[in-house]
Amino acid sequence: MSTAYEVTSEEEAAGRSHLRSFDRGAVREFVDRHIVPFADMYDRLGRIPDELLDRIAEAGLWAPFLSAEVGGAGLDMVTLGRVHEEVGRGCSSVRSLLTVHTMLAWAVQRWGSPAQRERWLPEVAAGRTLGAFCLSEPGAGSDAAGIVTTAVDHRGGWRLNGTKTWVTGGQRAELFLVFARTATSIGAFLVPRSTSGVSVQPIDDMLGTRASMLAEITFRDVLLDADALLGPSGFTAGMVLTGTLDLGRYSVAAGSVGIIQACLDACAAYTATRTVGGTQLRHLPLIQAKISDMVTDVRAARMLVEEAGRLKDAGDADTIMATWVAKYFASTAAARHAGEAVQVHGAGGCSPRHPVARLYRDSKVMEIIEGSNEIQRLTIAAAAYQGRAA
Amino acid sequence: MSRDVTSEVLAFIVSRFPQAEVTESEDIFSLGYVNSLFAMELVMFLEKTFEITIPNEELRIDNFRTALAMADLIGRRSADAVGIAP
Ligand SMILES: Cc1cc2nc3c(=O)[nH]c(=O)nc-3n(C[C@H](O)[C@H](O)[C@H](O)COP(=O)(O)OP(=O)(O)OC[C@H]3O[C@@H](n4cnc5c(N)ncnc54)[C@H](O)[C@@H]3O)c2cc1C
Repeated sequence: MSTAYEVTSEEEAAGRSHLRSFDRGAVREFVDRHIVPFADMYDRLGRIPDELLDRIAEAGLWAPFLSAEVGGAGLDMVTLGRVHEEVGRGCSSVRSLLTVHTMLAWAVQRWGSPAQRERWLPEVAAGRTLGAFCLSEPGAGSDAAGIVTTAVDHRGGWRLNGTKTWVTGGQRAELFLVFARTATSIGAFLVPRSTSGVSVQPIDDMLGTRASMLAEITFRDVLLDADALLGPSGFTAGMVLTGTLDLGRYSVAAGSVGIIQACLDACAAYTATRTVGGTQLRHLPLIQAKISDMVTDVRAARMLVEEAGRLKDAGDADTIMATWVAKYFASTAAARHAGEAVQVHGAGGCSPRHPVARLYRDSKVMEIIEGSNEIQRLTIAAAAYQGRAA
Repeated sequence: MSRDVTSEVLAFIVSRFPQAEVTESEDIFSLGYVNSLFAMELVMFLEKTFEITIPNEELRIDNFRTALAMADLIGRRSADAVGIAP
């Protein structure tokens, strides 16, 4: 049986590395080989080199859930979650790029007209065009209804004006999914970076996911064709945003599981070698308690993500709440355990010598993006009062 | 059949808003219950439960105003699906 990550000798010589399967073992091998050894370097560089972006494309990892017709692999959501977990275990910046690309690709697949799908899906499936998600503005984050970017009817098309910020991958992406206020609702627009009036300002030196190439993007009198609008207008227009954020949240939840697993792996290895007073750390009960909590939470978080994935695959509306719960649990557990992982590593944990410092900084971001902790708790509590807590 | 469909749709609405007293011909928008989360859940529920696909052009407010309107939509989409079945 050959399901693992495989490279033929010709491919190796050509530097290519096709992933023939998306099962966990195959993806893990890819991540351990191409991402884990370099993640700290990416973090310091503040970017992901094109070489890795190309490798991800060659491996078919940018949007494998798209149908085979457009170049995807028709991957189910449970397996996609595992892929994002594995990538998140290696590097949250890379996983963040996958997340926003996934959100755009899914939105086009779910809501795109036949022409939009034909134009963009083969590009995004192959990773030739990378996508980014533009909702947040200088004046509106959690409160998405507060966005002030506008798309106004203009000679049968649209005129877009406004500023989007904290756009993951914005420095590198070629296609932006931009949410803007129209006369009737909030619409989603596909805006190629090359459109006149689009300008990109890099945002560097973030606390975490430092290599995710954030940008502030300004749209000044950007003229778009009528078919730049994605999805329905009117009362269901908000569904494009809700559905896209749901998938982003799923990916971040999976990535957070990856962070917990990386903390566990790092701590298990370190405590087996480091001694205090002649005793290996691993033999100290207080250290064992931390390890056992990591083991327990990584398994619980993984199960919550899988449950959300199964509900997505079944087309069940309960997936939305299951995803909120999974993301809340996984992101808070990741932040907690990354803090403990630094603690276990002592001073070394505060240094660039160990990956845990990066995991600690990245984990904090997970509690803020795709619905902050506070917003998650408000939403989960609202469902509880509807009798949907179980 | 349509009766069952209508009551299933009503049951879903009430499951999301237990405090609501909604009748099959009541405009759910006028009750102020519809936000984008509910809209998304509602469309997913209809698509899964009744094994239909609702294309963008059918996502019009009039198709979703009442449980009866949704039952009509489901009837139309089911008929379409039968029409194109191999
Ligand atoms: C690394 C990174 C990458 C990002 N990538 C993207 C991206 O690709 N695209 C994009 O559009 N955005 C992106 N964001 C932005 C992110 O989505 C927002 O930061 C997030 O939605 C929170 O918004 P805000 O930062 O404006 O905080 P605010 O909304 O101003 O909130 C500030 C604080 O108040 C709390 N708060 C808000 N409302 C309530 C309430 N009702 N009750 C209690 N507390 C509340 C929040 O939880 C938070 O703690 C990114 C952010 C980061 C850090």
